[in-house]
Amino acid sequence: MSLISPWRADFPGILALDGEGQTYLDSAATAQKPQAMLDALLGYYAGGAANVHRAQHLPGERATRAFESSRDQAARWLNAPDSAQILFTRSATEAFNLLAYGLEHELQAGEQIVISALEHHANLLPWQQLAQRRNLELVVLPLDAAGLIDLEQAAGLIGPRTRVLALSQLSNVLGCWQPLAELLALGKARGALTVVDGAQGVVHGRHDVEALGCDFYVCSSHKLYGPDGVGLLYGRKPALQRLRHWQFGGEMVRVADYQSAEFRAAPLGFEAGTPPIAGVIALGASLDYLAALDAAAVAAHEAALHAQLLAGLRARAGIRLLGAPRVALASFVIEDVHNADLAHLLTEQGIAVRAGHHCAMPLLKSLGLAGAIRVSLGLYNDGADLERFFAALDQALELLR
Amino acid sequence: MSLPVDAEQALAAFGQCPGWEQRARLLMQWGERLPALREEERCEANRVHGCESQVWLAGELQNGHWQFRVASDARLLRGLLAVLLARVNGLTGAQLAEIDLADWFAQLGLARQLSPSRSNGLNAVLQRMRELAGDAQVP
Ligand SMILES: Cc1ncc(COP(=O)(O)O)c(C=O)c1O
Repeated sequence: MSLISPWRADFPGILALDGEGQTYLDSAATAQKPQAMLDALLGYYAGGAANVHRAQHLPGERATRAFESSRDQAARWLNAPDSAQILFTRSATEAFNLLAYGLEHELQAGEQIVISALEHHANLLPWQQLAQRRNLELVVLPLDAAGLIDLEQAAGLIGPRTRVLALSQLSNVLGCWQPLAELLALGKARGALTVVDGAQGVVHGRHDVEALGCDFYVCSSHKLYGPDGVGLLYGRKPALQRLRHWQFGGEMVRVADYQSAEFRAAPLGFEAGTPPIAGVIALGASLDYLAALDAAAVAAHEAALHAQLLAGLRARAGIRLLGAPRVALASFVIEDVHNADLAHLLTEQGIAVRAGHHCAMPLLKSLGLAGAIRVSLGLYNDGADLERFFAALDQALELLR
Repeated sequence: MSLPVDAEQALAAFGQCPGWEQRARLLMQWGERLPALREEERCEANRVHGCESQVWLAGELQNGHWQFRVASDARLLRGLLAVLLARVNGLTGAQLAEIDLADWFAQLGLARQLSPSRSNGLNAVLQRMRELAGDAQVP
């Protein structure tokens, strides 16, 4: 019996694509949205837009309340003790840039920022550029054969000069959970600030930032079935207090004069300009929707889909999996077949998978690859989506071989 | 302006292509027909960046007419490059500057290969071709 997602009908986008003959298997890039989110987006605009945290009038008050209620929901979703610990940014990428600029003043030449070899460009480039600005050392933790950060080597590389440790929870290429508990403990023992890239991890299962014990946790709304244009940054209170303001203007200021100004504390002090109001409100609707699902049923469905994906890939000759994917996605290359050719032929057949370097160019290079094909799953995918993918893959290989 | 012979051939072949499979086979056949680049032409200076596959493009003006030669390690891209060269080789700089290549690919049923989200390299090759032709125009 083919796997059926009981939630598929809640996502008009997946149904529309299906109707168009497109099999969407690229949810790790961005996810389709539930009807509840679309309703919230339309509801906000159609009901009367207003700016937040500015006006005393009724529409402004209503928008501010809805906006702040999304912050409460995000805090609950991540188990942050206080909503004031959730900062809204424009993307996960912007949250990393906020951190890299906000922490810059603390770092002295010769100190280290430690990341891992599998980081997405979003959790690499802001640190790399900070290291260049400040003459810091960027240390890259190596991976083992399965694609996990090598703990033994990490223990040797995370040292007394390590000031920031920034690691992905779940790689967008390799699809495996990193041993964060051990790694974060190594960082904390050295007094480093710890940053977790949860952009992929947050989409699968519930995560508890308190239990994780990181100083900062970054994720993105658009991968979590919410709208694009919204990123989330959670910070522990003492860690948030160490951030310097980085973007200026709007309601982030407390007192402004021509020659000087004083700024608000987090979160508002880090939300310069008009924030993505509609997006934040709509994210609240997505979180409401997700919170009402049977989490165990979602996890079981995703695990069954993933098992089907892996079994299908393993059953075909010449396929090399990248790492040992455990959840959500699998990336692969095929012996003697150029990725670009395979991507071309899958696209021709209406299969929407991602081909290329997946914004992790150094990782692909270190694996000796110019690119790979990635199949990624959302809770709305059915077994039939994978069956269509495999049929298309077989067709493509037949043509190419 | 009449079409080059190769272009007429491409139009005839791709014009009657009923489906994606035949089109793909045809592209691969056209790709096989591309003359190989000499080893020394596969150099960094001829490398076209912005493609997921490796692509080299060499071009020279012969008596006022452009002759381009390309190579790529991806087979379908090679086919796309072959039908591109079929259209542009032999053109003068002025003709090259005027030609609507999006329309050319559309006539072959290959319009989607030029979409901006494609990183297949075709767009980068066109860009490089224009740069080469543009540089040659500068006195
Ligand atoms: C692991 C990881 N980190 C960060 C990002 C960046 O997220 P955003 O697109 O919201 O900036 C992504 C998404 O592409 C990702 O997969």
